[in-house]
Amino acid sequence: MAKELKKTDVVLVGMGWTGGILAAELSKKGYKVVGLERGANRTLADFQMMHDELRFAHRFEMMQDLSQETITFRNNMKMRALPMRQYGSFLLGNNVGGAGTHWNGQTFRFLPYDFEIYTKTVERYGKSKIPEDMTLQDWGITYEEFEKYYDMFEKTIGVSGDETPLGAPRSNPFPTPPMKKTPALELFFEAAKKLNLHPYMMPSANLSENYTNPDNISRPACQYCGFCERFGCEYAAKADPLNTVIPVALNTGNFELRTHANVVKILHQDGKAVGVKYIDTITREEYIQPAEVVGITSYALNNVRLLLISKMGKPYDPNTGTGVVGKNYCYQTFGASAQGFFENKQFNLYAGAGALGACLDDFNGDNFDHSDLNFLHGANISITQTGRRPIANNATPPGTPSWGAEFKKQSIKYANSVLSVGAQGASLPYRHHYLDLDPTYKDAFGLPLLRITFDFEEQDRQLVAYLGEQTEKIMKEMGADIIQAGKTLGPYNIVPYQSTHNTGGAIMGSSPETSVLNNYLQMWDFENVFIPGASAFPHNSGYNPTDTVGALAYRAAEGIDLYLQKGGLLV
Amino acid sequence: MVTRREFLKGAGIAIGGMALGGGIVAGIGSMAHPSTKEKHHFKELPEYNKALMFFTPTEHAVIEAAAERIFPKDENGPGAKELLVSYYIDHQLAGAWGNGSKEYRQGPFYPGEPTQGYQGHLNKQQIFRLGIEALQNEAKKRFNQSFTSLEGSQQDEILQAFEKGEVEIKGVSSSYFFSLLRSATLEGVYADPLYGGNRNMEGWRMKKFPGHQMSFADIIDKDEFVVIEPQSLHSQHHK
Repeated sequence: MAKELKKTDVVLVGMGWTGGILAAELSKKGYKVVGLERGANRTLADFQMMHDELRFAHRFEMMQDLSQETITFRNNMKMRALPMRQYGSFLLGNNVGGAGTHWNGQTFRFLPYDFEIYTKTVERYGKSKIPEDMTLQDWGITYEEFEKYYDMFEKTIGVSGDETPLGAPRSNPFPTPPMKKTPALELFFEAAKKLNLHPYMMPSANLSENYTNPDNISRPACQYCGFCERFGCEYAAKADPLNTVIPVALNTGNFELRTHANVVKILHQDGKAVGVKYIDTITREEYIQPAEVVGITSYALNNVRLLLISKMGKPYDPNTGTGVVGKNYCYQTFGASAQGFFENKQFNLYAGAGALGACLDDFNGDNFDHSDLNFLHGANISITQTGRRPIANNATPPGTPSWGAEFKKQSIKYANSVLSVGAQGASLPYRHHYLDLDPTYKDAFGLPLLRITFDFEEQDRQLVAYLGEQTEKIMKEMGADIIQAGKTLGPYNIVPYQSTHNTGGAIMGSSPETSVLNNYLQMWDFENVFIPGASAFPHNSGYNPTDTVGALAYRAAEGIDLYLQKGGLLV
Repeated sequence: MVTRREFLKGAGIAIGGMALGGGIVAGIGSMAHPSTKEKHHFKELPEYNKALMFFTPTEHAVIEAAAERIFPKDENGPGAKELLVSYYIDHQLAGAWGNGSKEYRQGPFYPGEPTQGYQGHLNKQQIFRLGIEALQNEAKKRFNQSFTSLEGSQQDEILQAFEKGEVEIKGVSSSYFFSLLRSATLEGVYADPLYGGNRNMEGWRMKKFPGHQMSFADIIDKDEFVVIEPQSLHSQHHK
């Protein structure tokens, strides 16, 4: 029998960025908050042996244990979905801090176009521009209304950057100046300017200088050690929930962090959540944590899974296009890129930082005319210098065998002489891309795995072809001697790593008919349940999602505060 | 270069606001090991690492030979054999990676599409055993010798057939076995020497990769290429 615990104001399911932000904001306001995390706690002492490429980048030490839980995947509804048995396409975070601990720190705002993508697309090009099976919709909030939440998150983490021409407008400058410009980034700047494009330094949550945030948390400047993505930062220079919001929450005395607490169900009665049921993964004892408000704050995929398992909201049916939970699953469209090999130049590519880069938005969002193009949206084009770790990076010019004497010679010759310009393509929703529960495969607790049905479409192939051309032009201008351009895209394949940018499934919007959440991230059908996170994105933009995820959490914190004061649906 | 001591002093000053759960302070404390002078009788230790946890000596010899073809000795420096890659692979197979302990291993098992990734029920220990046996069988079939007695070019011919998936192995494709062998070889060349390969950091030296360093803040924006003598995690743990 599950043991019922004392009721709290707010219970949070998952302690990554969104859980950490809600914990900090609500405990500062005096609410009693319980944070449930199925993994373990972590401190900086856990990060002292972090410069270990094998352990963290290839053995996925910081990631969820797939033997306990994974997802199943198929490209389309006719295929049998099968479990992701090993890591590949994306990496699921684990432990306190979640995926917010092993990110790169690339911190972009989405464009005003993104928030009203349906309306603005129809306005400029007419309804016929949107493919029939593309379920594009507005977010239920405008950029102007949403801007202040970006500002709050960016001040908390201390984003380093400078002017972003063609990017989203800002009410305040970046909290810290941009990262150091390396010779490789300088080449990109010069080339882009010659092509009449608008390069800028990538906004970075790896601090360019020492910074004290509005919560009086101080963090030191980045040392450019080259171990960000898939690693935790031993300096706390890269913002993560452990070195920003969680200590703030703990310091209020109103927040209790409970680790090894795996939430298996949201409990509800008569259209309201009453609390959550969780299993202590050490003792296997079951507990019920009652609460006034439930915040579902785990990874996007698990948020949707919990709703489906708990039978909350109407599941999406791709055959009729009705229902909402599981709808508009999107990802990120990579593939457009140009790799350049330099014969007589070596760069210090072993050094870097996760968000050390230069980029441009000339071909992102609706910043360019799509009238004669067979796709919508676009991509941020960037060059990054994140640390070329030697197991993962063995680039060789086209035509080189993948092993043997010639491979060794070429991979060593170009180890510090290869640069890459890539495009991070937006991912737009389709009627038949969705999330539901797998009928066959179960997790370690006997609960169904989440099933992903997703593929790349003609939209993605056209986007990659066009953006690939642009990246190639830039690389040519940068003066590479040999260029390998990526301009084609096959089917979505779960094997090669692409990005941990899974979005949608519990989306926000302006109507309960077409979305799970209103613009406070409050469930239309359960007024005391809030779900900030990438699961709320109606589509994914041509940028990294974390800035928007953090901003959504600040919006939800405001919503929960309002709800606890007056109740009811806030919209 | 900023030394670690200098950096931490700077960081200590920066942590003027709220303490981050004691993490940084604990971190500094644990780094401040006094250097320990090794006693005389520990000098010139044998390489105890060169022993087997998983392979039979014959299996080891096959992997040692195959890995050397994948990453051969040349004018740049040592190949897989001298870097002790075969011992690295042996030690990895003996542990969690070899057992697939963090992989989803529940059935039912179906072949699936290439876009769905590995769907076999065999773990890497089993796949390597089957793969080595198949390398030997192929050597016998094509050249009537054991794999380790073949000329390099003959070994390459067999490995190429594996890479293309042309060799039948019960339960797994030869191309999948080859891809595991290739990636494990590169790991053994370039992983921190604490795992038993990348002997004396010679893999890193070939690529001018400096390994574990506390800071590149002073060189990150410099035009000239800077070669830094590599350090392994040993230097972090024993200072």
